[in-house]
Amino acid sequence: MCLAVPGQIVSKEDAVGVVDIRGNRLRAGLALVPEARVGDWVLVHAGFAITLLTPQDATETNALFKQMEELEGIG
Amino acid sequence: MMENDIIEKLKHEMAAAAEALPGSERVALMEICGTHTMAIWRMGLRALLPQRVRLVSGPGCPVCVTSQGTIDALVDLASRPEVVLATFGDMMRVPGTRWSLERRKAAGGRVAVVYSVLEALDLARQRPADTIVFAAVGFETTAPGTALALEIARREGLRNFLVLSAHKWVVPAMDALLAGGQVRIDGFLCPGHVSVIIGSRAYEPIAARYHRPCVVAGFTAEQVLAGVAAILGQLSARQARVQNVYQKAVRPEGNAAARAVLARVFEPVEAVWRGLGRIPASGMGLAPEYAEFDAARRLGIPWPPPETGTDEHGCRCGDVIRGAIEPHECPLFAAACTPLHPVGPCMVSREGSCQAQYKYGAL
Repeated sequence: MCLAVPGQIVSKEDAVGVVDIRGNRLRAGLALVPEARVGDWVLVHAGFAITLLTPQDATETNALFKQMEELEGIG
Repeated sequence: MMENDIIEKLKHEMAAAAEALPGSERVALMEICGTHTMAIWRMGLRALLPQRVRLVSGPGCPVCVTSQGTIDALVDLASRPEVVLATFGDMMRVPGTRWSLERRKAAGGRVAVVYSVLEALDLARQRPADTIVFAAVGFETTAPGTALALEIARREGLRNFLVLSAHKWVVPAMDALLAGGQVRIDGFLCPGHVSVIIGSRAYEPIAARYHRPCVVAGFTAEQVLAGVAAILGQLSARQARVQNVYQKAVRPEGNAAARAVLARVFEPVEAVWRGLGRIPASGMGLAPEYAEFDAARRLGIPWPPPETGTDEHGCRCGDVIRGAIEPHECPLFAAACTPLHPVGPCMVSREGSCQAQYKYGAL
């Protein structure tokens, strides 16, 4: 549960948005990143974006967690 | 530079710093983040360190540090007819003194697994006749979400949404470990995502008071090794300060919005940590304005819950969490205790040291 994963904001209404996390669309709270806009990459932890990411950071972090999960054999 | 070149460069940097370390004993660097623990084992990073250096896992897995008394309190709550207990999935299999939440649910307890506290809020809106209790575990990364949910519940007057807060602050645990003096810690590899919230400055009192280097790092091999190299560099120069090698995500002041909501909703209270016992001001209790949402208060649960024995089956999770032993030094490790049949939380959680070593240690 401590794992945080990168996602891209697809839509935003007030402080809640939909974030695309590797093809899965999840609702995420955006109140902790008030400056975030649709199209931005964020780090999502337990349903809340906790910081903005650059697209390059998001790609790197995604690759890292994908590696870890592949070895686990579970999502 | 190619990634391998960077790793080679960091290995040289670590080796040079290790040569210059004072004394002749091995130094112990503690990581206090479940994701670091996973990454270090997964990528086999221990093998890349100089002989003089060892990495020790500390209390960085939120499920693991949750006390036995807290698990028992949650299982009891799930047994009450009016309650639906909403919990993160990784809490389900943690054995309590008698039951786990998973077993309690199989026996008819009402337990809802949620991915986010927002889902627990939805449940409260959809089921006004039920009392939804959110099992709030986790560090500074998870707690702002709970705080925001409490603000929403208060605004909406959602009186059937309650929180049992076992949220914890990481820095008081670092302080307690050093004050206790039982485990050798020469420097800290500070948690990447917790630091996103609290900021690198939060470790300054630890660096100053105990004269230990505190270095914030991310999760790639390069990041972890850069963090280790920075700590060794400080130790060999006899320095102890806060350094941040994860500047793309962590700012000195952290996330202002998150810190503000934590300050509005929670207040520091004594908390019980598995393996560390009672630590003053290490827990996040609900501030007086949120008392009506406090499950402990509303449902009459003694809080913090009493400390109960955790070693009755020979489980040494407490020693593992403190960094006093390595997982394989527990007699149950990989024998009576495996991820399929875990005896303690460090084998249940993906971020637990025992599961990480079990899965990746032999690679």
